[in-house]
Amino acid sequence: MVYLTRKAEFAASHYYHNPEFTAEENRRVFGKCNNPNGHGHNYTLEVTVKGEVDPRSGFVVDLRQLKEVLNREVLDAMDHRFLNKEVPEFYTRIPTTENLAITIWQRLVSKLPKAKLHRVRVYETPDLFVDFYGEA
Amino acid sequence: MKAYLTRRYMFSASHRLHSGAMPDEENAVIYGKCNNPYGHGHNYAIEVTVSGPVDESTGMVCNLADLDGFVRHAVLDRFDRQNLNMLAEFAAMVPTTEALSAVIYDILQRGFSHAHLEKVRIEETMMNSFEYAGGAEMRR
Ligand SMILES: [Zn+2]
Repeated sequence: MVYLTRKAEFAASHYYHNPEFTAEENRRVFGKCNNPNGHGHNYTLEVTVKGEVDPRSGFVVDLRQLKEVLNREVLDAMDHRFLNKEVPEFYTRIPTTENLAITIWQRLVSKLPKAKLHRVRVYETPDLFVDFYGEA
Repeated sequence: MKAYLTRRYMFSASHRLHSGAMPDEENAVIYGKCNNPYGHGHNYAIEVTVSGPVDESTGMVCNLADLDGFVRHAVLDRFDRQNLNMLAEFAAMVPTTEALSAVIYDILQRGFSHAHLEKVRIEETMMNSFEYAGGAEMRR
């Protein structure tokens, strides 16, 4: 089994707000991230897939296809967007780094050519990242 | 759904690797430059990984303010700009980064209750790093 990791970057804005919380609770739980006008990050995404090496091509996965899926499912939808308002999953789900990793996993898991999705890692900043392995 | 959150912190400290259980010549051979009598320092980077179900009402494994607050109070305030050899934790232990990883893991394991502690990773320099997950296998 070989693991292959592809990196991508995207820039997006978001804010954290739960409509079921009071305004005061929202401020207490989410702090500065509750500012309704949003703020942004340069996100770094690392997608790791695993599989056996194809004896004919020597590849675990066709990188060009992987790149196409990443572009279509993630970057076209999220790069230079306001996540809360422009990405349907985040109309209801709070766009935390945790939920970004889960959402990206869900967007990719059935679309990958041949290889199996192993891990989605999302860096919100260089000193904060979340890993999701598809665990329930 | 279970996610793993990793947060990175920095602190600077000095140490000297020297074991009272060995003669000076042996210390010099085993620890090399790290045995120099007045010690030397590093910019340590620590990565703390916690895991747990993502809370549906907050979208979080744990509130970052809680993790940051705990690490600042229990780790950074105590270790930053210190000589590790002088701290109680290292009174009977050589302050290698292996030992430091376990010490910081234990502090978090005992005191941080907002999420499950998965592991602690420390970079002593850009060239070497150490990971400690208690007795558990590390998630890769
Ligand atoms: Zn943010």
